[in-house]
Amino acid sequence: MFEYAPAPESRSVVDLKPSYGLFVGGEFVEGSGGAFKSVNPATEEVLAEVALADAADVDRAVAVARKAYDEVWSRMPGAERAKYIYRIARIIQERARELAVLESLDNGKPIRESRDVDIPLAAAHFFYYAGWADKLGYANLGPDPKPLGVAGQVIPWNFPLLMLAWKVAPALACGNTVVLKPAETTPLTALLFAEICQQADLPPGVVNILTGAGATGAALVAHPGVDKVAFTGSTEVGRMIAKQVAGTSKKVTLELGGKAANLVFDDAPLEQAIEGIVDGIFFNQGHVCCAGSRLLVQESVAEEVVDRLRERMKTLRVGDPLDKNTDLGAINSAEQLARIRTLTEAGEAEGATRWSPPCELPERGFFFAPTIFTGVSQAHRIAREEIFGPVLSVLTFRTPAEAVEKANNTAYGLSAGVWTDKGSRILWLAQRMRAGVVWANTFNRFDPTSPFGGYKESGYGREGGRHGLEAYLDV
Amino acid sequence: MSETKKKAAKAAKPAKATTTVKAVKSAEAQTTAKVAKVAEASQAAVAEAEPKPTTPAAAPRSSVRKTYKLYIGGAFPRSESGRSYAVTASSGEFIANAAQASRKDARDAVRAARAAQPGWSKATAYNRGQILYRIAEMLEERRDQFAQQIAGVEGVPSAAAYAQVDAAVDRWVWYAGWSDKLAQVLGSANPVAGPYWNVSSPEPTGVVALLAPAAPTLLGLTSVIAPAIVGGNAAVVVAPDASAVPAVTLGEVMATSDLPGGVVNILTGGTAELAPWLASHLDVNALDLAGAPAGSDLARDLEVAAAENLKRVVRPKAGYDWSADPGLGRIKPFLETKTVWHPIGI
Repeated sequence: MFEYAPAPESRSVVDLKPSYGLFVGGEFVEGSGGAFKSVNPATEEVLAEVALADAADVDRAVAVARKAYDEVWSRMPGAERAKYIYRIARIIQERARELAVLESLDNGKPIRESRDVDIPLAAAHFFYYAGWADKLGYANLGPDPKPLGVAGQVIPWNFPLLMLAWKVAPALACGNTVVLKPAETTPLTALLFAEICQQADLPPGVVNILTGAGATGAALVAHPGVDKVAFTGSTEVGRMIAKQVAGTSKKVTLELGGKAANLVFDDAPLEQAIEGIVDGIFFNQGHVCCAGSRLLVQESVAEEVVDRLRERMKTLRVGDPLDKNTDLGAINSAEQLARIRTLTEAGEAEGATRWSPPCELPERGFFFAPTIFTGVSQAHRIAREEIFGPVLSVLTFRTPAEAVEKANNTAYGLSAGVWTDKGSRILWLAQRMRAGVVWANTFNRFDPTSPFGGYKESGYGREGGRHGLEAYLDV
Repeated sequence: MSETKKKAAKAAKPAKATTTVKAVKSAEAQTTAKVAKVAEASQAAVAEAEPKPTTPAAAPRSSVRKTYKLYIGGAFPRSESGRSYAVTASSGEFIANAAQASRKDARDAVRAARAAQPGWSKATAYNRGQILYRIAEMLEERRDQFAQQIAGVEGVPSAAAYAQVDAAVDRWVWYAGWSDKLAQVLGSANPVAGPYWNVSSPEPTGVVALLAPAAPTLLGLTSVIAPAIVGGNAAVVVAPDASAVPAVTLGEVMATSDLPGGVVNILTGGTAELAPWLASHLDVNALDLAGAPAGSDLARDLEVAAAENLKRVVRPKAGYDWSADPGLGRIKPFLETKTVWHPIGI
């Protein structure tokens, strides 16, 4: 195979400031908790310095959000709220390229994905929920749904702007105001979103953005002025939040981890299945809570599937996220890279066979080659724990019943994949998968109209679709 | 159902169910006490007051009293702990010794619920609706019995007790009608931007632990059980304190209503003793805290314990009106939404 010539996307479209404040009450303000740096994981270059919000900043932001809720946003007719949300959607489209480049710089994801997936889907979420703002009575959630108040939202680093859209769009459509904390390692697109709110003339205080780390998020979740908590992230932190809000009247939704099974039957369309497996685990460097990280292949085709998968993996391009030909970008942080290494070492130590295609990783930055493990048993850590990286564990099964049993043998229940030519088998399996999303003959599909969320320890509540409104309404 | 079939069904009932009916009937005949008094207690009092008969023919009949047991896996075991507690009327009068469930009983009940849940959720919605309606039928037939028990344990006037039974029957009927409508009302077909078919449907979350409120006894039990099971969950119910008497009788109704054993399991005893084990049990998927006082340390602690495996929790509400329209507020928290995608093409 020949090498592609480099095709880097220009970063000149992004105008980075050396430092950013917090976005409170429609303005950028100084924080009182110091500052931290956001780095480009592909180069380890410092991109900007960002204010670290402390408890006093959380107090201030919640107070401002409350005032905006009481005086402006909850009183505004839905049709008027809708117009602001539509404006935001439009501005995201207008500045899509800038957002995509910034997202790839700050997160390390390939520009191909930020450009074609993250940003268009974020805009689509604002469009979809804007249209609900004046139709809440038709959502089948009760005759007269009311907003909850101030929403405290904490989002992860894997899809920074998209997760913001999943949280902010329905909250605003329902009439709530928002205090959002983006992840420590990926705050920059949220701060650009703050500028977008300014461009849209969104009333001050309706959206507030507090940058910071775990302590900032914890202070926000615990704040007595917050009526609604929405969190996407690890199950471990989700558990802590569930304990923290116990005994309060806060409404909570949690989108947590996953260890999705991707089931391949012997009659599956293998070409498509291989693409689906690759998409399932290597999309976004595997930093996907619903990633298909456990491949369950019917024994009779296991060898063929793994051979074809290896061939396909040899064509994956790992490297500069801003190169349009890059398939796998950078791991988001040194910390995450260390976690992936720890778990893959455990995989080897526990007796599974490790394989990666020959590939040269850049010298600087946080990179990890796409990796598969064969000979994995259900007890192995790599089959049980969420790795959140480009690492696939391959297991086998003989009968559909065994496939179901192995697939459901996890504390998680976010997503599942099924590959087979037989419609009746798809429906049979879809019924039995204990997972919030089941992709049949496809994987990692998202759409604003579709509810997304987990069973079991993958959390509670749904985001997206009509169901996603319920999280932000008193019904 | 024809008369002969009915008789056959009656004969097939567990012995305790039939004796209960007899006990109540004989009490009616022998005592002039107010309905507020529970049948067996009153009957016993009458028996003691009467002089010993001189001939066997004139002997007053002593009633056969019912032993109140737990309801686990479709059977009526005593508590493995061997413990019981006295249920008394508001006047202090002894009504019955109820089985005091233990941690082990709670675990047995969860195991029974887990075993029954897959079958119950696979039953068609039509079938589940039929069975919930059947529970209403059986309850209606035992109207007098429940009214007397409610009046006895709650100390409310007869009219109020009857009103509660009627409300409970009507509520079973209401929930029965939801079984085959939930998927339509709560599910959706989603117009995604792309060549995909995609549909969302509600599914049961699994095993649900329910803390029934202490009062109203029968309506409270009904209001937590029916919404939890209508969507295909299996339930472990804690019936606290004096609600044991109608709760066990409700268990008998369920045992004779074609409800598969284990779908509902009833533990009588103390909420504060049993609830922590259920809240921290890792094979329980959801928790209804109705029976834990709103704002109490108990409610908070249970919610904290439930966070361990991210149970779905329904928090208690201060001043909740059990007679008001319940809406879907106790159905939805126990249902998950599953979205299935498939490409469209030829």
